Amino acid sequence: MAGSPTAPRRTAAYWQRHIGSLVLDVFVWGLLILMALPAVWIVLTSVRNPIEINATPPVWLPRALTLEGFKPLFGQATTATGSVPFQLYFRNSIIVGVGSTIVSLMLGTMAGYAFSRFRFRGRNTLFLGIMLSRAVPGIALSLPLFLLFAQLGLADKLWGLGLVYVAVNVPFTVWLMDGFFREIPRELTEAAYIDGCSDWQAFTQISLPLALPGLAASSIFAFLAAWNEFQLAVVLTRTIASKTAPVGLFDFTGQFTIDWRGMAALSVLMMIPAIFFVLAVQRNLVQGLTLGAVKD
Amino acid sequence: MEVTQTAHAPSAAAVQPAQHYAQRTPVPFLSMMIGPSVLVIVSVVVFPLLYSFYLSFTSYTLLKPIPNWVGLRNYLRLLDNDVFWLAFGNTLLFLFVTVNLEFLFGLFLSQLLARTVRGQSILRTLLMIPMMFAPVLVGFQFRWFFNDQAGLVNNILKSLGLISQGIPWLVGRATAMFAIAVADIWMNTPVMTIILLAGTLSLPRELYEAAEVDGASGWQKFIHITFPLLAPFITIAMTIRSLDVARGFDIVSIMTGGGPAHRTELLWTYVQRTAILDAKFALGSAMSYITIIVTIGFTLYLFRQLLKARLVE
Repeated sequence: MAGSPTAPRRTAAYWQRHIGSLVLDVFVWGLLILMALPAVWIVLTSVRNPIEINATPPVWLPRALTLEGFKPLFGQATTATGSVPFQLYFRNSIIVGVGSTIVSLMLGTMAGYAFSRFRFRGRNTLFLGIMLSRAVPGIALSLPLFLLFAQLGLADKLWGLGLVYVAVNVPFTVWLMDGFFREIPRELTEAAYIDGCSDWQAFTQISLPLALPGLAASSIFAFLAAWNEFQLAVVLTRTIASKTAPVGLFDFTGQFTIDWRGMAALSVLMMIPAIFFVLAVQRNLVQGLTLGAVKD
Repeated sequence: MEVTQTAHAPSAAAVQPAQHYAQRTPVPFLSMMIGPSVLVIVSVVVFPLLYSFYLSFTSYTLLKPIPNWVGLRNYLRLLDNDVFWLAFGNTLLFLFVTVNLEFLFGLFLSQLLARTVRGQSILRTLLMIPMMFAPVLVGFQFRWFFNDQAGLVNNILKSLGLISQGIPWLVGRATAMFAIAVADIWMNTPVMTIILLAGTLSLPRELYEAAEVDGASGWQKFIHITFPLLAPFITIAMTIRSLDVARGFDIVSIMTGGGPAHRTELLWTYVQRTAILDAKFALGSAMSYITIIVTIGFTLYLFRQLLKARLVE
């Protein structure tokens, strides 16, 4: 390691190590920039002149920047495609995403606390059952939901889709919160009981405030899952009343052609909330994922 | 945590006040805490699945929505449906290859990142970029990258002078599966890497220093120290990945839709084709049951290890 604290004497071994670490760093940077390339490419495509998109030989860097590609998203129809009711898709995505995140966070946190703090008959079966419900593929779930929602009048309704996302997100929230609550020393809860707290008070006043990083991590996972979900949304939504942004991407596909620039523009806008949230809680995210690994 | 570890040992620990509340079972409180979650899952996941289980024994189609009982006919039809078995095999192969490669790449990248000196935090942020992409978006982007006319991949290969004609990536079976696997690996390697990197950075430095004193090589340190100590993190990474296997569906559905001519058919795309496009709802439901069993089996297999820490005897 180049970072070793010994005083650097400029020997051959020192230079060997120094150059070795430089080569490694350059290699890793190259690799990750390569991995980030698709994202860069989408951004470039969204601001290109459409002629460049299908040009042969390819145009790597756009010669001129234009925001034309974003116009159809804001109600201005262009000749290539009609306008895309992007504001409505975005509104639907935000309502469903935020709404389902709040509800699944409430439900999952309560259940996660109960699983982490108490033992009762059937606990393991229940815990396992909740986790396995998360593994059901969306396509398998979408078939019966499609029929049931049509009968119950929930089809093409935002809160119908939101309800499904709550059910999909609860298991992982339970998993994460169970892990976070286990991190909080039991002695604190015991002290609360000695002071005469009820079960509910011990939960809301002692454990919950300490589990805020867990809530942050769980909310990101739940929000991103709902924000990016496609398999269920494509079956359960019909019109602009409930279509979400991932389903809206299909507005750019014709029978034989795809408006790549328009799609890239919508993609860029779709990624803004995701980037914002992921960067905001980056540390909690990693912590949430690895909880429980350093035990035993 | 230590308290839990010793809790089920029949020792003096049982009379400590620490055990007092954990061994109570306040049923009304627990019902209030867990009940809502169970209610939502039962009504939105369990009940609909039971409904489609029932439909899988009927002749229900979207065009003739009358559930006439036909017994095992749909399941028997699947037995000699070649496309179904092709999709079944493709799915197992696809999952096996992608998950293992994602793990290996994740392990490789995490070891490199742990040793990087310059700009490690920027690199970690760069690494998270694929996590922000909706799978459906990944599907569209890679479909375009692998486009035979103006796709990025062909353009790069042409510019390097490696090919003169564009390769029709998404047409041939092998090249299309390759393209889909690349998209899936691109999307899922970061989560693996981040978990394994967090694990690697948490390992005690003293062990490595001791090994260096003993003259261990970098490879020996990896094999004898890093890898065994990373085991719990590997389990977590694999399990979290396994919960998301069906997200691969979005990618395949958009890149090839299982075609051309069933060449890239996976169970998910075939269920969609049968139940929605061909309107054979009952047959699709029967198929989706087999899909569920495969997916849950896969998850359960990986989950066992991880659950050991969370389940109590």
